[in-house]
Amino acid sequence: MCGIVGLFFKQDRPGQQLGRLLAGMLAEMSERGPDSTGFAVYGDGAPDGAAKASLYSADPNIDWTEVEIALGAAFPLAAPTRVLGSHAVFVLRAGETALRDWLAVNLPSVRVFGFGARIEVFKDVGLPASVTQRYGLDARHGSHALGHTRMATESAVTTEHSHPFSTGVDLCLVHNGSLSNHNRLRRNLAREGVRFATDNDSEVAAGYLSHRMRQGASLREALEAGLTDLDGFYTFAVGTRDGFAILRDAIACKPAVLGETDDWVAMATEYRAIATLPGAERAVIWEPRPATVYHWQRH
Amino acid sequence: MSEIDLATVPVRTLNELLHRLPADSNDLLWRVINPRGAHAVAAGLTVPVQIEIDGHVGYYCAGMNERATVIVHGHAGTGLAENIMSGVVRVTGNASQSAAASGRGGLVVIEGDASARCGISMKGVDIVVGGSIGHMSAFMGQAGNLVVCGDAGADLGDSLYEAEIFVAGAVTSLGADCVEKDMTDAHRARVAALLARAGIAADAAGFRRYGSARKLYHFHVDHADAY
Repeated sequence: MCGIVGLFFKQDRPGQQLGRLLAGMLAEMSERGPDSTGFAVYGDGAPDGAAKASLYSADPNIDWTEVEIALGAAFPLAAPTRVLGSHAVFVLRAGETALRDWLAVNLPSVRVFGFGARIEVFKDVGLPASVTQRYGLDARHGSHALGHTRMATESAVTTEHSHPFSTGVDLCLVHNGSLSNHNRLRRNLAREGVRFATDNDSEVAAGYLSHRMRQGASLREALEAGLTDLDGFYTFAVGTRDGFAILRDAIACKPAVLGETDDWVAMATEYRAIATLPGAERAVIWEPRPATVYHWQRH
Repeated sequence: MSEIDLATVPVRTLNELLHRLPADSNDLLWRVINPRGAHAVAAGLTVPVQIEIDGHVGYYCAGMNERATVIVHGHAGTGLAENIMSGVVRVTGNASQSAAASGRGGLVVIEGDASARCGISMKGVDIVVGGSIGHMSAFMGQAGNLVVCGDAGADLGDSLYEAEIFVAGAVTSLGADCVEKDMTDAHRARVAALLARAGIAADAAGFRRYGSARKLYHFHVDHADAY
């Protein structure tokens, strides 16, 4: 099981309520994934030269003020920090690798869930209605967003095992399905220097795509290479700085449906999530083909 | 005519109402509005009523249908009319994967496209698709007819028994033990009759026939060592 939802506005219009609409789509996918919920929102950009880092700590007693002081001493902060439950979003002038390296040494319990100029990632154990409220999704604005509801099949139910998984700067992955060669792939990627926080199969897919793109592949090339290298069942949705991409494996037993109007493109595991959107009854609705990369972005 | 609004009435209530109808019910025409992708709409019907659904439905719409006519004015999700026994199920848009799976009888009409595994394990149902079908369609089909006015995806009719497949357009590839066969006048007449019943305008002369080579499902003494 698991549910995936994605919403992409073709252009900015006043009154667009990205967060509220995505929360409604996620709620519709509750039965498909009652274990955990997560979402990535692409909103206002960080100031020039800075990036937003969505951080998480498994330690419920973490003092984010202390983290801010320590982080601020290492990297200049470019905007006020926002703390939401076990998550905090720091806006700082740092590279992704430098930040991850620094955290690994100085705050090993803190994880980077998302990093980039526009992306913010929140994910936690619980039903969509509860998690989206906990992290204030309703009030979030932006151009596009992805979400996931998880029914765990192959690894534990924890915040860290939840989706989306970061796949690089302003990139994230959500996955419905299961990979069968993730252990070997994880070992191979680890030898190449890719770091993993969990034993989750989807995190391996995220690490694989990041690795390919670091080697110079475009997102489309990385996804197409995955058709050969990732063995298993999947519908992937990948969030990018300006849009999102969809890929189903060649067998395509994991469902996916796309909808498009003049205003938006939406992706969901089931149509009933798209049915919650304004204008859905007039949307063009179709099923993405197997082994075919679909990619939307603003030009 | 009875009208049920699924924005206010749960699917379970709708289906219970339909299941309780007596065989000689006078309540012959039902309209269902606002399905919004709900699952199992009008599943398990056993009486000859007509259900018109305005909008897109989710999984397993009209599953196990017997005698009823179910018409979806929209698209259908996975497993449309799965295990249909008799009656007619029609979708004016597209159907997702496994449409008419394991169907024993009746007629399923998809005016648009059907995706993967259309007619998988079909056991006597007749399926008419106005558009194209996805990969692995009619996999292990045992009986019935699959008529496709457009194209067929990869591995059509893999491990086929005695279901018969008629395709007007291109076939990406045939599955194991599926071969093209002669199209006789009798076959053209059968396709013409099915198209007429389905209300789909297409010329039966343009179809090619595919069926089982019967090499997989018969024991062959040369393969005895393999067991």
